[in-house]
Amino acid sequence: MSNIADLPLDVLQDAHPCVGEFFSTLGLDAADSRLALGEWLAQLADEDILDVGMERDQMLAHIQRLINEVANMNQTADGVVRSLTLIGGRDKAGTPETARLVVRAGEVVCIVGPTGSGKSRLLADIECLAQGDTPTGRRILIDGQPPDPERRYALDRKLVAQLSQNMNFVVDLTVREFIAMHARCRLVADPDAVTDQVIACANELTGEKFAPEVSVTQLSGGQTRALMIADVALLSAAPIVLIDEIENAGVDRRRALELLVTGSKIVFISTHDPLLALRGAQRIVIRNGGIADILATSAQERRNLNRLESLDALLLEIRERLRRGLRIEEELQWSL
Amino acid sequence: MQLITVAGSPSVGKTSVILRACEWLQREGLRVGVAKFDALSTSDDQLYAQKGVPVTVGLAGALCPDHYFVSNVEDCQAWGQRQGFDVLFTESAGLCNRCSPHVAGVFAICVVDALAGVHTPKKIGPMLRLADLVVITKGDIVSQVEREVFAYHVRLANPGARALFCNGITGQGVSDLVAQLRQAPATTALEGHRLRFPMPAAVCPYCVGETAIGVTHQRGNVKKMHFVDQEQGS
Repeated sequence: MSNIADLPLDVLQDAHPCVGEFFSTLGLDAADSRLALGEWLAQLADEDILDVGMERDQMLAHIQRLINEVANMNQTADGVVRSLTLIGGRDKAGTPETARLVVRAGEVVCIVGPTGSGKSRLLADIECLAQGDTPTGRRILIDGQPPDPERRYALDRKLVAQLSQNMNFVVDLTVREFIAMHARCRLVADPDAVTDQVIACANELTGEKFAPEVSVTQLSGGQTRALMIADVALLSAAPIVLIDEIENAGVDRRRALELLVTGSKIVFISTHDPLLALRGAQRIVIRNGGIADILATSAQERRNLNRLESLDALLLEIRERLRRGLRIEEELQWSL
Repeated sequence: MQLITVAGSPSVGKTSVILRACEWLQREGLRVGVAKFDALSTSDDQLYAQKGVPVTVGLAGALCPDHYFVSNVEDCQAWGQRQGFDVLFTESAGLCNRCSPHVAGVFAICVVDALAGVHTPKKIGPMLRLADLVVITKGDIVSQVEREVFAYHVRLANPGARALFCNGITGQGVSDLVAQLRQAPATTALEGHRLRFPMPAAVCPYCVGETAIGVTHQRGNVKKMHFVDQEQGS
């Protein structure tokens, strides 16, 4: 690569828009200069250098690293993960866990157990791709191998996305601006098209439709959840998704899970909800901080799930009628 | 002894992150101490003491906290040596976003807060841009989208640096942080070391006690704003 110090500023900024953004962050105006970068830096007043908080050689090195980093982001393919292996460690009392669980792309695993039993701890172990270096001593293998440190610590290309229960939106943007911002950071080819797709998909997941022009901070809990699930399914690079409960609040949980697994994601859900707990192919039972059991969902359980779902549909329908100001006066038929 | 400088704006969670790291290092049998710098007052020393982490406190009072830090960091290093620590953290707040207490050759952490908004990484000066490791806190209370966008902006603000999410309450991410700390060089003495970048210039009349407003009172290192409507022909 040629030395960037010798490149004219206009050529450099044309080829690498990130450099122009960097200058504007520093409050420097380099827009039309034809000077070579090195010459331009040399002619800056010392006072300007003090103001921006970087020496000339630090700026030069920073710009070089910035160009490399952006090139890197463009080249790195999104992570593909075929399987995740969870190898047990020990529970709170130090008793070894015997579990060894292999989860393949497109599978959903649920995590059940009393509040405080250690479900979040297990999610945390998966999130950081633990290598026996967390208090539980558990290990996570990716495609049968320990993940290489570069992947483990890659910040914005993380293998694991986590949808936590107590999240808020901090930015005040419309839904469209918000998803488009994410799409630009993900460097997708057609951000507008992907944005429309995510919003349409979120609207399919929630009973309460919302417009792209509404502010994200005005969304209800269910709408928020639906939007985040659609985003993680269609826009996030992470092949592994951790979900800390999907509330009952107006999210079609079955479709949400189908959406995630059709993208070949590996999904872990910590839940108290019977409809979710039985929807996974397997469920991990947590007790006293340890993996007490791993249960495969049986044929009878699947049949029971169907019945539970029709009950749930009945409840939802009543909820909807109440919302519309109607009475529920007929004798209810709980046909079990 | 490994010296680790930790800097970040007030209330981002520096103390919580350091506490979680201290617990981890202590479990591994290492001797850990903290030198806590603050402006007016602090009660964080009690938090450290509760965890059995030896702590020394420096209050800058009427001085610029970051200038005060540089004037005292060598003495903190010597204190740490006398106590026989394996790891000494210094904790200081970069109050003006322009300060950078990072020392060349000493492992430097900048703590930023995901709650501060996705554009914050662009606004923090050398404290973030020249750090070796960026620790992002409060990631669990913002959306997954904001987490990814924030991380992207951190990466552009300090390309090439390691960055990670760490939850100061639950400790999620601390194992990653500790793994990074292992690579910190040992610092035997600070004499002759240099800051990575000069602190903001000072010594205007207000630095030395002037309280009157008005141009006749402003001598020395004074900088005035530009107003577009007053600029003559361009």
